[in-house]
Amino acid sequence: MILTIALRELKNLFLSPLAWAIMAVLQLIVAYLFLTQLDTFMLLEPRLAGIEGAPGVTDIVVAPLLQTTGFLLLLIAPAITMRVFSDERRNRTLSLLLSAPVSMTEIVLGKFLGVTLFFLLLLAMLVAMPLSLYAGTTLDAGKLAGGILGLALVLSSFAAIGVFMSSLTEQPVVAAISTLGLLILLWIIDWSGTSQEHVSVLFQYLSLKTHFESFLKGLFSTADAGYYLLLIATFLILSIRRLDQQRLTG
Amino acid sequence: MDTKILISVEQLYRYYGHGHTLAVDSISFELAQGEVLGFLGPNGAGKSTTMQMITGNLAPSSGRVRINGIDLLDEPKRAKAEIGYLPEQPPVYQDLTVDEYLDYCARLHRVSKGQRSQALSNAKDRCGLGDVGRRLIGNLSKGFQQRVGIAQAILHSPPVVVLDEPTVGLDPNQIREIRTLIRELGESHGIILSTHILPEVQATCSRVQIIHRGKLVFAETMQQLEQRLSSHALLLETHAALKSSELEQLAGVTRVESLGSNRARLLFKDDNPADAVAACVVSQGWGLVELSLDRQTLEQVFVDLTCSDAPAPSGVAV
Repeated sequence: MILTIALRELKNLFLSPLAWAIMAVLQLIVAYLFLTQLDTFMLLEPRLAGIEGAPGVTDIVVAPLLQTTGFLLLLIAPAITMRVFSDERRNRTLSLLLSAPVSMTEIVLGKFLGVTLFFLLLLAMLVAMPLSLYAGTTLDAGKLAGGILGLALVLSSFAAIGVFMSSLTEQPVVAAISTLGLLILLWIIDWSGTSQEHVSVLFQYLSLKTHFESFLKGLFSTADAGYYLLLIATFLILSIRRLDQQRLTG
Repeated sequence: MDTKILISVEQLYRYYGHGHTLAVDSISFELAQGEVLGFLGPNGAGKSTTMQMITGNLAPSSGRVRINGIDLLDEPKRAKAEIGYLPEQPPVYQDLTVDEYLDYCARLHRVSKGQRSQALSNAKDRCGLGDVGRRLIGNLSKGFQQRVGIAQAILHSPPVVVLDEPTVGLDPNQIREIRTLIRELGESHGIILSTHILPEVQATCSRVQIIHRGKLVFAETMQQLEQRLSSHALLLETHAALKSSELEQLAGVTRVESLGSNRARLLFKDDNPADAVAACVVSQGWGLVELSLDRQTLEQVFVDLTCSDAPAPSGVAV
């Protein structure tokens, strides 16, 4: 049942030109970034060759590319997630789901999964670029896999936060803006910690970016993965609670 | 015959806001298989709220709803499987084609893969959607969108069908088709129908409930209502001027009220004396123009119950 809702959501996204436009624009920008990054590497390569343990192509091209892609997707994610619930509420189609024999949990999970599937599709297209480097060189597979997994988790978090924000309001634009606000806040929250002598551990833990960075280094720690899973679970539970609350207060 | 109780609603309350507005006030009723229950009431009386609570779209503040014996609050998934619901605004996705949409609805209602296409074509046939399966819902007229909404509600052939103002936006032909459909469905299912259109209730329902300010103020079967409404008066209109004295002598006629030189209202007891009246008119050579029963309409009942400022007590004489 979750899958039914998820696939419908995914197909609905592709019914509007928005999803196609986002895919095209993002592909273009990331391709440009990829080429400039590759240029930098070509420039540095002769000098790097002499140094023992110098950063390789994965560090210089792939890691920064994935990090920038993460930030770009942060800006774009709200446009995808904003409609999930607010559109249904505005068009009064939510009652179709509410009166069908599906639980609120299934509805929220289905919607979340649908959006996440779209992001993963987007990610697969973007990752094809660094993978193309295999044609001429070898990559650090561990770091690449770490980065991709990290980005997948980051994107799922975006989806969860977006779904929750969309359940709060009937106005898609309001949902988009508040999602964007929260995502940026979570992205930069560690800045206050690092600029001063005493590092705020809490803020650093809360940041979406710090956990992503360790994935980019090829580190897979359960603490980092756990952070994303906790974040996702929290916002999905909040969404379920919010929709249940709406049934009570009308 | 022992009929199955499909819906039983007990002491349903619903507050809006912070407990200040009471939208539904202690409503209790039952719906049996093979019944079409008409839900009447002025705007804002609590009809839609009640329907939303029966279908699990809104949670009641207190009270109990059982669908086919299954408690809606305890086992929402099982209970909801027994209901088809058409809200006030048909919950259709404008971007989908009719087929895509109905297929999605069938999946949501767990219609098994093998039965899905059969269920789809059945629902489409019944709602007259045969030719528009591949068109986008957003491009269809309001009436067709409404039909898609009805198709969605009966798709999984649920025992209970709840329709909130199903004939809004339809043309007279479509209204008649939908009424026929509702009567057909009513034979095997239990149907709750809310509407503003009073003749619709008289045409389709087997029971009537009037709700006013959140309270049930009137609940009777159509037969009881018919009896109550069946009048003891005839309206007569003729070409030539008629004489009351001639008419008063007819058997059964108790009184004649003159409504002008060639119109009269005849009150009678027991059997309808229409044939005698007609014969009299013919023999006198007045020229019959109209002879009809002067019915009290459901509209009058409705107005009597809902127009007064003070809430009327239930079962008030009409």
